[in-house]
Amino acid sequence: MLRQIEGSRGIAEGVALCRPQVICAYPITPQTHIVEGLGEMVKTGGLPACEFINVESEFAALSVAIGSSAAGVRTYTATSSQGLLFMAEAVYNASGLGLPIVMTIGNRAIGAPINIWNDHSDAMSMRDAGWIQLYAETNQEALDLHVQAFRLAEELSCPVMVCMDGFILTHAYERIDVPSQQDVDAYLPPFEPRQVLDPAEPVTIGAMVGPEAFTEVRYLAHHKQLRALDRIPQLAAEFAARFGRESGGLIRPYRTEGAETIVVALGSVNGTVQEVVDEMRADGVAIGSVGITSFRPFPLAALRAVLAGARRVVVLEKCLAVGLGGIVSDGVRKSLSGIALNGYTVIAGLGGRAITRSSLRRLFDDAGRDALAQVTFLDLNTDLIEHELEREGSARRSGPTAEALLRRLGSVSSRIG
Amino acid sequence: MAMQTVKFYQTGTFTVGNRLLAPHERSVQAEAQRANALTSGHRACQGCGEALGARYAIDAAMRATGDRIVAVNATGCLEVFSTPYPETSWQVPWIHSLFGNAAAVASGVAAAMRMKGRDDVRVIAQGGDGGTTDIGFGCLSGMFERNDDVLYICYDNEAYMNTGVQRSSATPPAARTATTPAMGAEPGNVFGTGKNVPLIAVAHQIPYVATASVANLRDLEYKVTRAMGFRGARYLHIHVPCPLGWGSAPADTIRVARLAVESGLYPLFEAINGEIASSTPIRRRVPVTDYLRLQKRFAHLFAPGGEARVAHIQAIADRNVVRFDLVREPA
Amino acid sequence: MDKPFAITLDVGSSLANKTGSWRTMRPVYVDRLPPCNHACPAGENIQGWLYHAEGGDYEAAWRLLVEDNPLPAVMGRVCYHPCEGACNRATVDAAVGINSVERFLGDLAIARGWAFEPPARETGKRVLVVGAGPSGLAAAYHLRRAGHAVALVEAGPHAGGMMRFGIPKYRLPRDVLDAEVRRILDLGVELTLNRKVADIRAEMTGGGFDAAFLAVGAHIGRRAYIPAGSAARMLDAVSVLRGMEGEDKPMLGRRVVVYGGGNTAIDVARTARRLGASEAIIVYRRTREKMPAHDFEVEEALQEGILIKWLSTIRNMADEGTLTVERMKLDDKGFPQPTGEFETLEADSLVLALGQDVDLSLLDGVPGLVIRDGVVEVGANMMTGHPGVFAGGDMVPSERTVTVAVGHGKKAARHVDAWLAGGDWKPPEKHELATPGHLNPWYYADAPKTVRPMLDLVRRTSSFDEVQGGLDEGNALFEARRCLSCGNCFECDNCYGVCPDNAVIKLGPGKRFRFNYDYCKGCGICVSECPCGAIRMEPEHL
Repeated sequence: MLRQIEGSRGIAEGVALCRPQVICAYPITPQTHIVEGLGEMVKTGGLPACEFINVESEFAALSVAIGSSAAGVRTYTATSSQGLLFMAEAVYNASGLGLPIVMTIGNRAIGAPINIWNDHSDAMSMRDAGWIQLYAETNQEALDLHVQAFRLAEELSCPVMVCMDGFILTHAYERIDVPSQQDVDAYLPPFEPRQVLDPAEPVTIGAMVGPEAFTEVRYLAHHKQLRALDRIPQLAAEFAARFGRESGGLIRPYRTEGAETIVVALGSVNGTVQEVVDEMRADGVAIGSVGITSFRPFPLAALRAVLAGARRVVVLEKCLAVGLGGIVSDGVRKSLSGIALNGYTVIAGLGGRAITRSSLRRLFDDAGRDALAQVTFLDLNTDLIEHELEREGSARRSGPTAEALLRRLGSVSSRIG
Repeated sequence: MAMQTVKFYQTGTFTVGNRLLAPHERSVQAEAQRANALTSGHRACQGCGEALGARYAIDAAMRATGDRIVAVNATGCLEVFSTPYPETSWQVPWIHSLFGNAAAVASGVAAAMRMKGRDDVRVIAQGGDGGTTDIGFGCLSGMFERNDDVLYICYDNEAYMNTGVQRSSATPPAARTATTPAMGAEPGNVFGTGKNVPLIAVAHQIPYVATASVANLRDLEYKVTRAMGFRGARYLHIHVPCPLGWGSAPADTIRVARLAVESGLYPLFEAINGEIASSTPIRRRVPVTDYLRLQKRFAHLFAPGGEARVAHIQAIADRNVVRFDLVREPA
Repeated sequence: MDKPFAITLDVGSSLANKTGSWRTMRPVYVDRLPPCNHACPAGENIQGWLYHAEGGDYEAAWRLLVEDNPLPAVMGRVCYHPCEGACNRATVDAAVGINSVERFLGDLAIARGWAFEPPARETGKRVLVVGAGPSGLAAAYHLRRAGHAVALVEAGPHAGGMMRFGIPKYRLPRDVLDAEVRRILDLGVELTLNRKVADIRAEMTGGGFDAAFLAVGAHIGRRAYIPAGSAARMLDAVSVLRGMEGEDKPMLGRRVVVYGGGNTAIDVARTARRLGASEAIIVYRRTREKMPAHDFEVEEALQEGILIKWLSTIRNMADEGTLTVERMKLDDKGFPQPTGEFETLEADSLVLALGQDVDLSLLDGVPGLVIRDGVVEVGANMMTGHPGVFAGGDMVPSERTVTVAVGHGKKAARHVDAWLAGGDWKPPEKHELATPGHLNPWYYADAPKTVRPMLDLVRRTSSFDEVQGGLDEGNALFEARRCLSCGNCFECDNCYGVCPDNAVIKLGPGKRFRFNYDYCKGCGICVSECPCGAIRMEPEHL
C-alpha cells in the first residue's frame, strides 16, 4: 500500500511485517523514531507476539538481542553513531556467534565534536565486524532491505546491518509502498535457527578458541560473506519478482554504458548524484554512477565489471579514514586491481553537511578534466582552515580546534542546508 | 519435656549427605545421579572454589526446575576453564557472549523463552565478581530494574583472577592483588573502597537477593531453590575462595570460605522485595585473624605495624554481626 | 543441530581431558582406629556397633557387639568405660555415652530374647574352663562359638564370679546377670556349680580335655596388720560383698569405717549406707587425686552422704569401737608419710578394702608355671608356662575389672582355638589411631540449647544407677548418633560433594566411595573436609 510517511515509520512497519519476537533498543538520534514506532505497535497490539525491551544502553540492547537470537527467536534492534560504538564489542560478538540479528543503523557522525547529523562514520567503523552491511538509497529501499535482511541473515546465520542516512532518510516523509503481510510472509519463512539454547538438546555456545582453530573460524566467517555475494542478488531478484520493484542487490549502476567517468557512492546521496549525471549526460558528458548497496560483503567482481571500461572513478564518501583518505575507495581500488584508470576520493557530507547538485557538478567537471587531487574534501572552507592552521602554528596552546572554528564561523545552521 | 526430633542431632548434620535422611531431604550434591552440570575435565586450578560453587548452584537449579535451565556466562575464569575448544564441561544449554553483558544476554534469552511459550525454561546468568560488580554492573542493574526473569549468580573470588589477580570493586580492604601490592604506607587494597552488590541488589527491590558460601552447601542449595520459586529478577552472591589469588592452600578452599562466614566478614542473608528477610547465624564465631592468616594476600597484616589494620577488619566483621544479626543466643 | 565449527560444542566433552595428570599427591581412603575401640579392654568394635545403632538397626548392633563381648547388659552397667575417656567427641562437646547405649542394646536383647548364633561346626575338641566369672564366661562363649565342647566348672553356688559376689545389686541387678549367663549356657556350654577344681592336671586328664582356661579370680580379701581388741569387729570387703548374696546380710552396725581407696572401698561404703548405716566413712591414706577409685563413683558416694578422710591411716582399733587414725602428709615424691598427729573415730565395724589375692591351690605341682606376686604369669597368647593351660582375669597380672576379664576370655579363646588347631593366632594389624587432628568436627551438629536439659538427663540416666533406669529408644538413638565415626567412613558424602572436579564416585549404600584418578587433581579438599579422617594424601608415584 502506498503511503506518504516518515522514513522511520516505514521502517518500523516494514520490520513489524517481518514478525520479530524480541526488539530491544536504547534511544539515540536519529534512530529513535524507528523504535518508538515499533514500541507503539507492540503496546497497541499492532505487532503481536513480540516483546519490546527498553534497555539501559546500546551495549545492553545488542546483548539482549544476542540472548534472544541464541534462544531461537527473530530479533531486531536499531542504533546510530555513538550507540554503535558503545555496542561495538557486542557487534563483533553477535557475528562471531553467527546470530542472525538485523539492526538498522540510522547513520550519523561520530564525535568529538559531538554531532547528530548524517555521515557514514558509524557504520564504517564496524565494517570489519563480520556483519553484512547493506546501504539504502531511498526509504522504500530501506524498508525492502529489512525484509531481505532477515531472510539473508537467517539463511546464513549472520547478522545484517541495514544502513540508512540519518535525518535524510529517517526523518524524511516520502511515498513508501508498504508491502502486505501476506507477501512478506511468503517471502520470509519462519525463523529456523541453526543453533539454539534448548534444554532438550543442550549445547555450549561461545567456546574459547585458541590459535589451533581461530584462523579457520575466521576463514569460515569470510566464506559466509562470500556466499552472501551470491545470495544477495538472488534474493533481490526473488524480491523483485514478488514485490514488483528493484531493491537491494550488490550494486546499482546508473547510466554507466560508455561512461568515461563513473561516480561511486553509498546511500541516499546516489539520488543527487544521479540527478547530476542526468544533467551532465544531457550536456553530452559520458558520466555514470554506481551505488554500492552491499558494502559487506564488498562486491569486488560486480564493481570491476561495471568500472572496467571507464577512464576514471570518483568515489564519493561520507566518511573519512583519518590519515589516509577514503574507506570505500580502498575497496573500489581493490576491485580495479590491474586496471589502469584514474581514481579520486572525495570526502563529502561529513557531519550532515549538505551535498548539493552544484557542488557535485563542479566536482565532476573537475574530475572530467582530471583536475582533482587524489583526496578532495568537498566544499572545504579553506580560508577557515588556513586561518586555524596559522593560529595553531603560532601558539603552542591553541585551545580546542572545534571551538575555535565555531567561533570564527559564528553560526552553524546556515551551513547545513 | 517434649522430645526433639532425633534427626536433628544425627551425625554429620552439616555434611553433604546423610544416610539417615529420607532421600528427598538429602542435598542435591549427595545424589549419586546428580546432574554434574559442570563435569570433570575442566581446567580450573586445584581446589577452585568457583568450579565447586558453580556446580553446586547449577545442579541445585536443575533439580529445582526439572533440568529446564539455560545458563549465560560472563567472560572470566569460569568461562575459560570450562569451555576451551574443543571441549566443554557444561551439560546444560550454555552461552558465553562477553565480559560485561551476561545479565543482558540472559534478559534476551528469558524474553525469547516467553515468546516461545517456554517460560518453564528458567534462565541463569553467572559471572565472577569483575564481570558482575564492575564491567557487567550496568547490564546487571538494568536487568534488575526491568525485573527480568533471570537469576544472576555472582561467584565472588574478590579480584580479577583470570587476568592474574587484579583488584576489583569486590576486593576486600588490605588484600594484596597485582594492582594493589602490599607496599607503601597503606599496603594492599585501600580501606573504605569497594561496593556491596548484594545490598545494591536489595536496593533495586527485586523479588529475591541472597548471599551464600561454598562452605555451607545446604544453605546454598536452599537459596538456589528458593530463588527458583520466584519470578522476576533474582540475585545470588556466592563466596568462592581462589587458592591462586588468595594465596591459600588448595585443600583449604572450604575451610577459608567457612572462616569468612564464621568470622562475620561474609554475612549470609536473604532479602525479599527489598527487605532483609533472614540471616544465617554464625555457628562458632572466630576472630578475623583465623580467616586472614590462611591467606598470603593478607600476610602483610601480620608483619609489625599491621595490628591497627587487623583491628579495622575486625571492626568490619563486628559491624556485620550487628547489622545482620549473625550471633544469636539459641532460644 | 547444525553446530558452527569450534564456537559451539557438544556438552560434557571435557571428559576427554584427563586432569588427573596434574596431580602430585593423591587422596586415598583409609580406615583409622577409633580411640574407643582402641581403649576397650574387651576389644569391642564400638564404632561398628554404634553405626548400626545410629540407623536404628539394634539387632545388627547387638550382634556385632557380642562378636566380642557376650555380656553387654552387664558391661553396660559395670564397665568403667575407658572408651568414653578416649572418645574424640569430648573435644567437641562431651564424650558419646557409649556405655549407656551398650546397656540399652543389652537390655533390648534380653527383652526381645535374642539368642547367639550357634557354632557353624563342631571341632570335636574339649576345653575345660575353670571359673564362671566374666573371664571364664567370655572364654566359654567364644570357645563354644568356635565349635569346641566347653565344660565350665565353678566353685561357687552361682555363675558370675565377682559380677555376683563383688558388685552390689544397685549396680548390677541379678536378673540381668542371670539372663546373660543363661544365654551363654544356651549355646551348649556345660556348667558345673559348687565344684572346686583342686588339681588341674588331674581334671584335664580325667575329663579328656584338650586344653584348659583358668579364670578363678581373686577372692581372698587382703588383710593389713591393725592392732585390734578381741571384740573389735573387723571384716574384709570381699566377704561383706559376698555376704550380700546370701540370706543373712552382713551386720555392720550404724557407724562403719572402710579402709582403702579403690572401687571396692566405695562399693562397700555405699552398700553399708544401703544396709542402714547412718555413718559410712572411708579412710584413705592419700589424696583424692591419688585415689584409684573412679571419680564418678567417688562423686556418687559423696552425694549419698559418705564421708572420706583423706591422708589418713588406721593405727589400731580398740574393743569399744574406737579407731585411732594418724594423719599423713605427702612427701616430695607423692608418698604419704606419718605426721605423728592422731585422732579417733567411732566405728561399729571396720571393713578392709585393701585388695584381693588369688587362690592358686589348683596349680600346685603343675610344671612350668611361673607365679609372681601371687598371680600366674602368662605369655602374649595367655598361655601359662604349662602347654595347653591358659589363664586370664584377676589371676594374671593385669588391671582387675570385669571388662579386662572379658577381654582376657576372648583373647584366650582365640589363642586356645589356634593352639588346638596347631597354630598361632595373630591379631589383625592395628590401623593408625584416629586422633582429633584427623577430624573436621565442624560438620558434627551441636545439640541445641533447647535440648540440653534432655542431654543432661541422658547423662544422668546413663550413670549406672538402676533407680534411674536405662535409656529409652529415643535417647539411645540420640546418643548413638553422636558418634563421630572417627577414622572410618560413614558415607556422609562430603568427599563426593566437595570435589571441584567430580572425581569421587559414589558406590551406593554400604559401598562407600572410589576416587576417579582420571580427573582428581589432588587438591586435597576431600581430606580437609572429611569429618572423620578417613582419607589421607599420599605422594603420587610418577
